[in-house]
Amino acid sequence: MIEKRELTLIVNGRDYSVRVDPRRTLVDAIRDDCGQTGTHIGCEHGVCGACTVLIDGEPVRSCLMFAVQAEGCQIRTVEGLAKGDELHPLQQAFIENHGLQCGFCTPGFLMLATGVLEREPDISDEDLIDVLASNLCRCTGYENIVKAVRAAAAKMTAGR
Amino acid sequence: MTSGNNKWIGQSVERLEDPPLVRGRGRFAADISFPHQLHMRIVRANHAHGRIAAIDTAAARALPGVVAVWSSADIADIPPVDFREGRIPALEPYRQPVLAADKVRYVGEPVAAIFAEDPYIAEDAADLVTLEIEELPILLDAEAEPGEFSAGRNTEVAVIQQGYGDVEAALRAAPMVVELELGIGRHSGVPLEARGAIGRYDASRDILELHGAAKVPHRNRDLLARMLKLTPSSIHVHESHVGGGFGIRGELYPEDVLVCVAAMRLGRPVKWIEDRREHLIAANHSRQQLHRIRAAVDGEGRILAIDDRYFHDQGAYVRTHAARVVHMTAGILPGPYRVPAYRAIGHFRLTNKTPAATYRAPGRYETTFVRERLVDAIAAKLGIDPNDVRRRNAIAPDEMPYHRPLEALGEEIEFDSGDYVGLLDKLLVALDWDKLKAGLARRRAAGEAVGAGFAMFVEKSGLGPADGVRIEVDTSGAVELITGGASLGQGFETVMAQVCAEILGIDYRRVRVTHGQTDRIAFGIGAHASRATVMTASATYNGAMKLRAKAIDMAAELMQAPIAALDIVEGKVVRKDQPLGPSISLGEIATHLAPTSKTLGEREPGLSAEGWFRVDHQVYPYGLHFAVVKVDRETGGVHVESYAIAYDIGRAINPALVKGQIVGGFAQGLGGALLEEFTYNERGDPLATTFADYLMPTARETPKVDVILREDYTSPLNPLGIKGAGESGITGVGAAIASAVDEAIGIPGAVTQLPVTPQRLKQILNGRAN
Amino acid sequence: MKPAPFRYHAPKTIDEAVETLAQVAAEDGRVLAGGQSLVPIMAFRLARPGHLVDINGVAALRRLAVDGDRLSIGACVRHAAFHKPVVDGPLGRLLAAVVRHIAHYPIRTRGTFCGSVAHADPASEWCAVAAALDAEMVAKSATGTRSIAAQDFFRGIMTTALREDELLTEVRLPILPADTRFGFYEFNRRAGDFALAMALVTYRLQDGVISEPRVAVGGVEPQPRRIEQAERALAGRAPGRAAFEAAAAAVGAAVDPLDDATTSASYRRDLAQTVTRRALEQAAA
Repeated sequence: MIEKRELTLIVNGRDYSVRVDPRRTLVDAIRDDCGQTGTHIGCEHGVCGACTVLIDGEPVRSCLMFAVQAEGCQIRTVEGLAKGDELHPLQQAFIENHGLQCGFCTPGFLMLATGVLEREPDISDEDLIDVLASNLCRCTGYENIVKAVRAAAAKMTAGR
Repeated sequence: MTSGNNKWIGQSVERLEDPPLVRGRGRFAADISFPHQLHMRIVRANHAHGRIAAIDTAAARALPGVVAVWSSADIADIPPVDFREGRIPALEPYRQPVLAADKVRYVGEPVAAIFAEDPYIAEDAADLVTLEIEELPILLDAEAEPGEFSAGRNTEVAVIQQGYGDVEAALRAAPMVVELELGIGRHSGVPLEARGAIGRYDASRDILELHGAAKVPHRNRDLLARMLKLTPSSIHVHESHVGGGFGIRGELYPEDVLVCVAAMRLGRPVKWIEDRREHLIAANHSRQQLHRIRAAVDGEGRILAIDDRYFHDQGAYVRTHAARVVHMTAGILPGPYRVPAYRAIGHFRLTNKTPAATYRAPGRYETTFVRERLVDAIAAKLGIDPNDVRRRNAIAPDEMPYHRPLEALGEEIEFDSGDYVGLLDKLLVALDWDKLKAGLARRRAAGEAVGAGFAMFVEKSGLGPADGVRIEVDTSGAVELITGGASLGQGFETVMAQVCAEILGIDYRRVRVTHGQTDRIAFGIGAHASRATVMTASATYNGAMKLRAKAIDMAAELMQAPIAALDIVEGKVVRKDQPLGPSISLGEIATHLAPTSKTLGEREPGLSAEGWFRVDHQVYPYGLHFAVVKVDRETGGVHVESYAIAYDIGRAINPALVKGQIVGGFAQGLGGALLEEFTYNERGDPLATTFADYLMPTARETPKVDVILREDYTSPLNPLGIKGAGESGITGVGAAIASAVDEAIGIPGAVTQLPVTPQRLKQILNGRAN
Repeated sequence: MKPAPFRYHAPKTIDEAVETLAQVAAEDGRVLAGGQSLVPIMAFRLARPGHLVDINGVAALRRLAVDGDRLSIGACVRHAAFHKPVVDGPLGRLLAAVVRHIAHYPIRTRGTFCGSVAHADPASEWCAVAAALDAEMVAKSATGTRSIAAQDFFRGIMTTALREDELLTEVRLPILPADTRFGFYEFNRRAGDFALAMALVTYRLQDGVISEPRVAVGGVEPQPRRIEQAERALAGRAPGRAAFEAAAAAVGAAVDPLDDATTSASYRRDLAQTVTRRALEQAAA
């Protein structure tokens, strides 16, 4: 019998005490043990990016990490983007630019974009497409997602 | 009716659906959990065809945390998954059992079900189930001789035939006959959310709940009721958020039946969430057809007859759609062209692959590829421009309504309105075609392998026969619009709210749109076949008009004013000539209409109304696709440089949402044209079982699409004049890209098989070099 | 697609790591670094390690430094570290040019250079780099340390010379001479996919002709390797179409390409020539 481990996961600045098997993936722990179901599972083998979260500021595929590896890390998920009623510029831009249809891939794109724009606010158009090509969307054809991220980048730069 | 410009209809307003979704507060199937729930894991066949000699579940049962393990013997009383539209005796022998009984017929077929406390344990237990299979011959080619399905039955389920006129005579007499063999590769919708279902039996009310439903909740409820011998009203089907459907999700699958049966028999909620590998081998496949088409043509490219013989690769079983796709194929192939004589014979055949069904623009993606390849072939043979072939053959506006003695989706085809050549002309103007064409020719002369291609098609939408809504206004003035529709992510709620709000004179954000809850409204046809906007919006229009009339009638009495003098502005009834004068809000009117109200009089209580819309004809919107591609002759790689779609939608309630649907459909069509394919090895093992093998376009591969939306021909068949748009973005992509690739490499008719993979294209190029 | 059960270890030092490996190797104990290759195959249950030895907590393995004439890349150095040149000169630029082709941005924040080398997927870019530059792999176990040359290290599809109790602690790449020219080209179906073929070439010019050519091809055979016939076709020749086509033809003749249901050997052979020629054109530009 492999023993479960007690750990503390810090999600959006809040501590969650969880008790998990070593093999429990980080995405399952975030969703089911911490109750934050905004992060989605699309493939569970690291290709689609629906599970993207920020780990210490970096976009990471949470289906490819185990919960036991994430202790002590600052985990940010889509639930932590808005400040109360005030949406993050990326969330607002997705709404204004019709950047989502079914919404399943959206949290992954939001966290990917947040991580990249926080690190590289002046990212070139070319590089931005490369980054956004990391995640899959089956509904939108990407055009409006790219528009939304660009619009948000401009706002975030102006806001600084 | 509010005079002047529409406030909501025709406006690209922001979606009501978005705020919870961008916050991660959506409720997709995997987000739904109930106390004490069990997790179901399906054990699936690893052989493409064989007799089940033994199933050993002992080790699985013994694993701590496993509550039950079922095989077919445990559900012997549950019938095979039936057809959505009702009984079709001829096809019944080919239905899929919920769990395989004597044979397995495709890799991925459910053979056993594990019920455990935790999904990790359930998967461990599934690994411990051993299957002893006596292998049987494997059939992977729909064109090959049929094999044995069961005793006395072979794998040719049916032969579909549709046609009219004397095709043989036309072919004999024709100045020219063009003959092509064309194949569309097996691929499918593959939404980003895999399937999921939660069954829960509420013993306190004797209600069986199915959560995670989609697309056709009422139909599925009725089908489940029949299969499980329950009354329809004792089953509640609940749709929450859905991560894309595209035709794949929402059909009743074995797993949906199992969670329901298990919830009742095990006395605990049962949750099943599919993983990606499972999805790629068990959710509906689609598209795979082989066509051998001949056309009799005159010296100027006019089609005199079409004779098409096609093989539809259905996979291992006939699922809920029965013969819908293979039958529709025959009806819809002629498209926008006059075809004086026609014969289509379709072989509906089973193979040892995942079963197939509808995927966005079913039958139309395939037949548009076939028909437009034919147009290109006619043009090449005569040395004329393919668009001239289109002009000479396209049905003209003055021939509308155009009746064709063929059937699709249970109706004879009758094109209601449209100007196909007119739309082509508008597209050419928008493209600045002469200049573009010259530019491409210059680039080719300089050595670049670039080319352009067109495709013209007729779509279908607004499948009836009826839909209904109920609208209720509460005493605060909040409006609930209860529909039998379904949302798969396309913005259904927003569009319905816009229509409702326009008629009621309120802000669309005050309308709560309910859908996918079979306990809130008795009847619904869900959302598929591009019908939601046409049917549900029309019913909403009718219901809202009735409710508006009710409100104004009550207000007229309260305000002592004639009905004709009143209007509703921002949720308040006012005199048209005194818009800032005395008013009475919808909420106050609702209070006056309460059953105990002194002012009710003889009226029906409640500010509410039902609205119905009936139609016995689909509408037929139409469009054109245009592609420019660049081919890398050394690698066979194809890059789509630009793309345009011209589409007559009749009337767009929310243009941004329509464009979103079109662009999204295009990306899927692009996948089918260049990237996506379900392939098998000779043992019937599926080879595309991960997202590293089943390749879908990313932002890198998907160019911007120039969408030219026209409202030239509103539909005469519904009050708002709308036609649907959900499928138009995908229909012509295979055809347009094939045409462009041919031109880029300078080999007419080169592309005869989709997808155009680099390896296939390189083979064509090498063949030409030799 | 949940992984099978395993026991988890998180050593803090290299010694602890190899001690643990020594104990668990026999029960299929594996090293977990970035996890971007290992965790997916665990999700498919194609790999069911009984133990995972997570080395992400070993600070010493994060070392990335120049030691004399070598760049030492520690086991926990992520792909993302190479986005900006990590050393002045052609090597830094070469690594920065190659890293852009590795999967996608979020994979690169976790995946490691050494992990990729130890995993030895035929289409791994870093494996091709290691083969091209005759990298030195340093393997440590509880019983000692050894150095393995690239040409001895890669043994086949996902197969290396590492013993089951060995940890690849670092890979050492030669600091290339300042006048080294390089080119890298890969072909895939979509950006970020596994390459169907790739070529990495380097050479110097001496009196206008090519000297010290290196031509390595990856994604085409079970393991990446230098193609001597192509290098001989280049040495002493002026860079240009004729030489590059000769080198490409030599690659085409020399390789024994992988053959599977999706991609045929003959198509791969064609690609191998194309990527070689394009990599050389890049080097000459």
